[in-house]
Amino acid sequence: MINRYDVVVIGGGPAGLATAHSARQNGAEKVLIIERDRELGGILQQCIHNGFGLHHFGEELTGPGYAHRYIKLIENDPGVTVLLDTMVLQVFENKTILAVSPDQGVIQIEAGAVVYTMGCRERTRAAIRVSGDRPAGVFTAGAAQRMVNMEGYLPGKSVVILGSGDIGLIMARRLSLEGASVKAVIEIMPYSNGLTRNMVQCLEDYDIPLYLSHTIAAIHGKDRVQGVTCAKVDDKRNLIPGTEFDIECDCVLLSVGLIPENELSEATGIKMDAVTGGPIVDQMRQTSLPGFFAAGNVVHVHDLVDWVSEEGEIAGKYAALYAQNKLSESPKYIKVENKSGIRYVVPQNINVNQAGMVRLYMRVTHPAKKVSIEVAGNSGVLLEKKLPIAKPSEMIAVDLPQAKVEQAEQFITVTLKE
Amino acid sequence: MTEQVRRVSCIVCPISCQGEVVFENGQIKEVRGFNCPRGKAYAQTEVTAPKRMLTSTVKVKNGTIPLLPVVSKQPLPKGKIMDCAKALREVCITAPVKEGDIVCPNILGLGVDIIASRDLAAAN
Repeated sequence: MINRYDVVVIGGGPAGLATAHSARQNGAEKVLIIERDRELGGILQQCIHNGFGLHHFGEELTGPGYAHRYIKLIENDPGVTVLLDTMVLQVFENKTILAVSPDQGVIQIEAGAVVYTMGCRERTRAAIRVSGDRPAGVFTAGAAQRMVNMEGYLPGKSVVILGSGDIGLIMARRLSLEGASVKAVIEIMPYSNGLTRNMVQCLEDYDIPLYLSHTIAAIHGKDRVQGVTCAKVDDKRNLIPGTEFDIECDCVLLSVGLIPENELSEATGIKMDAVTGGPIVDQMRQTSLPGFFAAGNVVHVHDLVDWVSEEGEIAGKYAALYAQNKLSESPKYIKVENKSGIRYVVPQNINVNQAGMVRLYMRVTHPAKKVSIEVAGNSGVLLEKKLPIAKPSEMIAVDLPQAKVEQAEQFITVTLKE
Repeated sequence: MTEQVRRVSCIVCPISCQGEVVFENGQIKEVRGFNCPRGKAYAQTEVTAPKRMLTSTVKVKNGTIPLLPVVSKQPLPKGKIMDCAKALREVCITAPVKEGDIVCPNILGLGVDIIASRDLAAAN
């Protein structure tokens, strides 16, 4: 069975949904979304809390509510085909895609343009090397979220959460509401990586203690988790002997970071950014291979879904134009380099022959107050954006008008000024 | 004269001011440590009548998945959130469900409906 589509979108989460919709609006006639789960929406479907969509829709939606806005657009559009329960096995450089599903067996699909929107996955116990026993009852926070919110299981009755990222904080509240006792949230950094709103509404509201500059030194338990040993860490994140204390629990949740899921992109031969863990892209979200685009958490891990949707809209538009042979054939790239205080900037390249404003997304390396983001070219400073506060957990967007892009000439640097 | 101080972390904007509300004989005497009027107003509500949105799940019969995510239509008094969550554990509805359908009207007599946050098709 051979199928041909103008744009094929791999992954039906928020990035993929926005990409498919945008591709259709920009002239792609046949668009395909390939999704490995049983339904569209991705991780939003298990993020039942609210607070999504303030930027994009101007109101606070739940995760499923946000997803359904897009799912309805897709379902009502006869130009978009959706394959559920379908796993992409390989993507070839000639834009042939090999996928498999229980219904159709192995499927071969040909694409005018390919968009990678596979999102990210969680770091596990193995990724952070927590020592101790290996009992049942250790889960990533997102896996636990799916169990509690979609499958109807409680992962434990007495829980310790390692990592104070937003998923960990949200799960602390969620488990409390379902009757579990959350004993502590342990954070190795001296500050939390979660939003203040979540610190207040997920921890303080439920009297859950947060231990900063602490980590789990060991997990105990023969068949099932029986407890953890916590300890303080120094400024190099080494355990401080003598500071250990035990907490009894039957479950440990890990909220220790996310990794863009790029096995498919890497196997296609796309160039990756070692810092973001995602493909190197230009402002159209085109990767190092012409006709291959990427958007959302597969490019870099976002904190707001609103910006994932925005990135999907960009990728979908240019993928559609590429498929229609409407993208300019003579790109001229300049590099965007992150300098002191900036961990990374996306896009990493700007095609100066492509008209329009460029929005730069970035993260700082450390929390700081009263700062400015300086964007410069080889001829000098292009613009400066003042911020009352900058945190690594909150992505910063800086808009670069076309005239400034043209002034930059050979390169652009982004620096945090304190 | 009894003076009490309550610390409040502001959630209005990312600056996240850590301020204080000072009570004297049960009345608010001073709100301090916040950079802007919105922060002050937030702190006052937070110490007098704090409210929270509630999101949870209810059991579904004959649905394509076993749980339906739900959300309160308006914020609920913070002190009643746990009781509301408990009440929702007893609720069971039958698919199909449409986003916005009322799952639990006027929960615990608080005047707030709990509604479905997504469509959920029937299994067959």
